[in-house]
Amino acid sequence: MSEASGAGEGVGVGEAVTRAHREEWGRVVATLAKRFGDLDIAEEAAAEAFAAAVEHWPAEGVPPNPGGWLTTTAHRRAIDRVRRESKRGDKQKEAQLLSYDDPPEPLGAVEDERLRLIFICCHPALAMETRVALTLRMLGGLSVAEIAHAFFVQETAMGQRITRAKAKIKAARIPYRVPSEEDLPARVSGVLAVLFLIFNEGYLATGPDSDPVRQDLTAEAIRLARLIRTLLPQDGEAAGLLALMLLIEARRTARVSAGGELVPLNEQDRGAWDKTLIAEGHRLVRERLATGVAPGRYQVLAAINAVHTSARDARDTDWSQIVALYDQLVRLDPSPVVALNRAIAVAELDGADVALAAVDRLAQPLDGYHAYHAARADLLRRVGRSGDSRAAYDRAIELAGNSAEKAYLVRRRDQLG
Amino acid sequence: MQYLVSVLFDGPGLATDEEQAAIDVFNDKLIADGHWVFAGGLGEPVSATVIDNRGAGEPIFTDGPYVESKEFLAGFWIIEADDLDVALKLAAEGSKACNRRVEVRPFLAPPE
Repeated sequence: MSEASGAGEGVGVGEAVTRAHREEWGRVVATLAKRFGDLDIAEEAAAEAFAAAVEHWPAEGVPPNPGGWLTTTAHRRAIDRVRRESKRGDKQKEAQLLSYDDPPEPLGAVEDERLRLIFICCHPALAMETRVALTLRMLGGLSVAEIAHAFFVQETAMGQRITRAKAKIKAARIPYRVPSEEDLPARVSGVLAVLFLIFNEGYLATGPDSDPVRQDLTAEAIRLARLIRTLLPQDGEAAGLLALMLLIEARRTARVSAGGELVPLNEQDRGAWDKTLIAEGHRLVRERLATGVAPGRYQVLAAINAVHTSARDARDTDWSQIVALYDQLVRLDPSPVVALNRAIAVAELDGADVALAAVDRLAQPLDGYHAYHAARADLLRRVGRSGDSRAAYDRAIELAGNSAEKAYLVRRRDQLG
Repeated sequence: MQYLVSVLFDGPGLATDEEQAAIDVFNDKLIADGHWVFAGGLGEPVSATVIDNRGAGEPIFTDGPYVESKEFLAGFWIIEADDLDVALKLAAEGSKACNRRVEVRPFLAPPE
């Protein structure tokens, strides 16, 4: 009996540590980074505090306020490190250490420190891949090994990338603060771009040996997008990006067949879509529409996905609404990729021949993009040009990086007969 | 905190009158806002001489810049700024004024 309850407690403690890691890691790092002005100290002390939790909680029990316990423990470890590194008689350091002896402010007081942290991690003076790595490490709490694995990089190389970034932040003095109001929109859009990149790598994973969908990455991106949405409740694009991710994630299980093949939107089993995620995504889209504020790119993309997920059957899709939204998107983002997606929608409204003419005009900028050739192959097939369609499928297969997408394209090509 | 803003250029010729006028306006602003430390334009790379006096003998003089590259340092500002965000903003204005790419690099913090 006592054995059984002991085992039960063990499971409970393990869960508590996992939950605390998920919920408190970013907060602990952010609080310490603010206090010590050093990301390296913050990261190391947070890691030590979680290691201490793994060691102490099973015997001593989970503290009533795990976040507070972790912050206090991390704070002590950080002071130990500063003390070790400071020279004897260094008056400035001694004074600084004294000020650290004040108890840390309670978590989440007034302004969430995590907001400052994310603006440091996504700073425009850092390379995009570095921003992604730092965000996943400092805010997401992923280990260096996990991040290295996610992006097919050697662990030592990923470790060096993060170390160099921390050194640059310190040496060049990248400030630990929320940007001023005039800089905020550009900086927020930089943060959202990092989160969308993480999501997309999970959603359409590249690499021959990668799983077609990396749920760990999509889940992490959604978690971080929820956080940004909470921290910046007035930001329309933060809401738009979260809605977009939710509406795409809702279709995840229907998107890849049991045989590991990509299932296109019009062939998906809509009963398998996640209704809770769709409802949440639709709610966010409606909320943004109700503000009457002109939507940005992510909000329009979310609206397009809301129209798709509103149709019970692919044949019920309101294509005129989708084309109208793409027209809006083209005005915000006149890139050839957006024009390609608009043409795909136009095919449903005005016919494949009209769409094909629009797609052919994009040949020059999109020749190296697999989705261009895949879309063109499908349109060529629909207008009866099998030979040209086959050639386009060949080119799409050659360029596609996602294994499920490749399998789908091969089948479609072989069905041409 | 001080930052070096290097002006990068890959062609012959000095700043045009128009560019020089814009640089003057920018310099005045740096001085007025307390960011100015020092600035200067440099002669073309062919005017450079490399000196090596690490050995025991006489110093060795070599004609030309230390590295042959398409781009070279055409001039620089040294600015005072609280942090990189401020430095980046000033550097962006400097790049616009001199009509060239610039690089921002922090000076090492003075030893505590």
